Amino acid sequence: MTTVEDATAFVDAPQHGLRILQRPRTTTGPFSWVTTVDHKKIAIMYGTLAIFFFCVGGIEALFIRLQLARPNGTILSAARYNEFFTMHGTTMVFLLGMPIAAAFGNYLVPLMIGTRDVAFPRLNMLGFWVFAFGGVFLYSSFALGGAPDGGWFGYAPLTSTPLANGYLPGRGTDFWTVGLIMLGIGSVATAVNFLVTILNMRAPGMTMMRMPVFVWMMLVVAFLTLFAMPPVTAALIMVFMDRNFHTNFFNAAAGGDPLMYQNLFWIFGHPEVYILILPGMGIVSEILPVFSRKPLFGYSVVVFSGIAIGFLGWGVWAHHMFATGLGPVAVSAFGLSTMLIAIPTGVKIFNWLATVWGGAVRLRTPMLFALGFIAQFTIGGLSGVMHSIVPSDTQQTDTYFVVAHFHYVLFGGLVFAVFGGFYYWWPKFFGKMLNEKMGKLNFWLMVVGFNLTFFPMHFLGFEGQPRRTYTYPSGMGWDTLNLLATIGAFIIALSVLVFLVNVIFTTRRGEKVGHDPWDARTLEWSIPSPPPEYNFAVVPVVTSLDDYWHRKYTEDDEGRLVQLPAGGSGEEDLTPANFDPHSIHMPSPSYWPLIFALALPIMGYGFVFKNWWLLAAGVLVAFFGLNGWAIEPATEPEPTGTPELHTTEAHR
Amino acid sequence: MLDRTHRFRRAGTTAAIAIAAVTLASCGDSTGPQNKQSALHPAGKYSRQILHLTEPFFWVAVVVGLGVIFGTFFVALRFREKPGEERSPKQVHGNTVLEISWTVIPAIILAIMAVPTVATIFSLAKRPTGPNVVHVTVTARQWWWQFDYTDGGNGVQTANELHIPIGQPISLTLQTPTCSPSPCYLNGVDHSFWIPELNGKKDVIPGRTSYLNLEADKPGIYLGQCAEYCGLSHADMRMRVIAQTLPDYHAWVQSQLAQNTSEAALLTGVNNTTYGCASCHSFKSGVPGAVAPNLTHLADRTAFAGDLYLMNYDNLWKWVYDAPSRKPMGNLSQHMPNFSAQGMSQAEAQKIACFLLTNTATNPNPTPSECVGK
Repeated sequence: MTTVEDATAFVDAPQHGLRILQRPRTTTGPFSWVTTVDHKKIAIMYGTLAIFFFCVGGIEALFIRLQLARPNGTILSAARYNEFFTMHGTTMVFLLGMPIAAAFGNYLVPLMIGTRDVAFPRLNMLGFWVFAFGGVFLYSSFALGGAPDGGWFGYAPLTSTPLANGYLPGRGTDFWTVGLIMLGIGSVATAVNFLVTILNMRAPGMTMMRMPVFVWMMLVVAFLTLFAMPPVTAALIMVFMDRNFHTNFFNAAAGGDPLMYQNLFWIFGHPEVYILILPGMGIVSEILPVFSRKPLFGYSVVVFSGIAIGFLGWGVWAHHMFATGLGPVAVSAFGLSTMLIAIPTGVKIFNWLATVWGGAVRLRTPMLFALGFIAQFTIGGLSGVMHSIVPSDTQQTDTYFVVAHFHYVLFGGLVFAVFGGFYYWWPKFFGKMLNEKMGKLNFWLMVVGFNLTFFPMHFLGFEGQPRRTYTYPSGMGWDTLNLLATIGAFIIALSVLVFLVNVIFTTRRGEKVGHDPWDARTLEWSIPSPPPEYNFAVVPVVTSLDDYWHRKYTEDDEGRLVQLPAGGSGEEDLTPANFDPHSIHMPSPSYWPLIFALALPIMGYGFVFKNWWLLAAGVLVAFFGLNGWAIEPATEPEPTGTPELHTTEAHR
Repeated sequence: MLDRTHRFRRAGTTAAIAIAAVTLASCGDSTGPQNKQSALHPAGKYSRQILHLTEPFFWVAVVVGLGVIFGTFFVALRFREKPGEERSPKQVHGNTVLEISWTVIPAIILAIMAVPTVATIFSLAKRPTGPNVVHVTVTARQWWWQFDYTDGGNGVQTANELHIPIGQPISLTLQTPTCSPSPCYLNGVDHSFWIPELNGKKDVIPGRTSYLNLEADKPGIYLGQCAEYCGLSHADMRMRVIAQTLPDYHAWVQSQLAQNTSEAALLTGVNNTTYGCASCHSFKSGVPGAVAPNLTHLADRTAFAGDLYLMNYDNLWKWVYDAPSRKPMGNLSQHMPNFSAQGMSQAEAQKIACFLLTNTATNPNPTPSECVGK
């Protein structure tokens, strides 16, 4: 926990009964990344690893598209294809979508609300390492007896049938269930951390309705994550039990109910969609005002529509099940609730457009991605409304129409927002501006590639091509559009390559920029780039929404922008001249969350291979980690003899 | 005003041309003899009802979508700051009237949409009644479809091909295989029955019975396939509906009820004892097979193996010889084995194929030349 400068307690180092590992002290150099509890370093690790998995999932997608480029494709076997589409979906949802939100959230939430760290730095560290080990655990399945091949949705009883009966041979599904439970632990830890941070650690004057929209969206996402993970975890445990211990949760012949799996999965799965897209909406809501030089149009409406989506998101899950035969009353109810959720979504789109309307629009790369988000997400939203027309949905569900729909939401929406976010905050993260020319090339390649890949899929769906099929016969009228989609996929790959080259180029030779290169609005731009470990030399006192903007500008009687005289003009960051960084005491690095996270894959392999010794070893490591964590203070006191500032939290 | 209307119309025309171009491009490669499985070409009242419901909403979506895309381009270009220009835009924080209107207007549009949607949901859920209704029980297996005609207990059983009379409602009962002894796990997985040109899809879920109606206007072949991921060969779980005039349909039913005269020969003549065909397959009309397709009147069918291969001599003997190399089977506990590995020679496989192909009542396929004298 952050220290406060005027803390009065001078204490000696607490005595611990058992100190097996000396607490790490170094906060610089390569090794410091392993033990860091700094939210910014954790965010950079989240982002790097998520982009790595984005590339892995993307390569799987390229193989899928190669296989489907022509009818009767032979690039992949049926078995390999099923593994690839399963891992593509699983990767993009759990190893890209959720961690990339954690990356942006971790870096930005404390900066945007004016605090020096998150509420639980070591829990934060745990969240990252669970994600890292969980991802490695899932992918190790390729080498250890077959990757998951039951789909990212893993419908029982296909997945839950005991291994001996061989509907899904290999250990892949066990890796999938255990891996997802593991990743869920990390997600919940991160969600709790965000919740407490946002609710409790805002700077003085940062009321809820002065929080940036991105922070609001992360708050909604944290609530959604907290309540969405339990049902899917229960379902995954049941699948694991059915497979390995011959329970009958989903075995219809013994009175189990396969449809219950779908209910449990989608009551997680639909809020999950909002868990993925709301951070993207938050990012776009930050970018648009800055590059239009206007405040967000209808801030409170945008915030409340985000909250409304968060609530309504719980009442629409059965629209994934319109073809299951739920009966006309049930499907009518869920059809109507699905239509309802289009209203707050539409409100956001109109408010974004109104934000840009009348502005002084600067079409820099982040703005291009944000505008791309609006157009493409709208297409995804409208095809979503078409699914709420239940009879239409019975023709569209499980076809390429749905593939087109959710890629317009998650790629055209979320991924575009994420890239916009990278270009926008890169100078804050690393003090250097990503190359603008390459950025624009990145954007236009991605727009062309994305639309060429996914727009034709709407028509493929109408013309009857089902999803999740490893091949298709010729003569169905699907050949040309599939070939176009494959070409598009490689253009997307090229655009990502341009981004990676841009990152390398910028790191080597990028243009150094000041703390506020975009003339931006929110608090993170008031401090140096990259920010020091303690973020704020002086915790800011917030007096309005877009507080930093109002330190630079005011409005005249007609609402025109007027620059404030120098001093408050944002030429300098807000660090006082006589500031001594040593006066701030930050949380100390730690081994224990890392050790506890390491225990999870050990236990995981124990479960998958039913090796109870390995499981026991994992449990021991977990207890070792938890015990060390419990008796270690959040902030290590200075060595005895040095007078030291301390927080009250450290004594707990 | 006129100028703006004109501009809108031009944008609309461009978009319509683009959409038409994409649609045409997709129709360009229709080389196959069979028709498609397109939801855009309904061939019966149920699928037509769905398309008629979809169409107006599709165009509403197109208009709204084009509006937003156009709006995005418009605000970006119209309010773009030229290089060197320093504008100080008016700081607008919101507008209650505007925000209420773009909350309420979509709500009204959606409320209007809801009425026909709910009406159609209930209309499609009605199961047809009357003496003309044809009842068929569909059993979704891994990875093929079994059809049992239940009217009057006639006992006709086919695989992957559903014959129906035109102009009459067909009431399908969808299920997965029943399994015994209970409890057991062999009652299958989720599937979805889908003939897009005749109706939307309906899932087949173990332990549940679901219902779906079909109706075809004209004689023809309507393709379909499993639309819920069901494991390794999900893509190979295809099927076709053969719609016939009522007299043709009745003639077909009668032909299927006839017992095969050559059955005895089949059972004794094709090394049946060596390879145990009858332990999985049935060769008798009215007697269902244990786990595999009923092969009575096999030659009357146009395709086999989950509608994966056309019914001809070459395809059939290769299938008998080594099925798993022709369709992925994985380690499914019950599937057509690789008989070549059990010592079957190609000549034996060809002989079996010939027996199966000549074993027919109506015999649309003349005896293959390869089979003459075998």
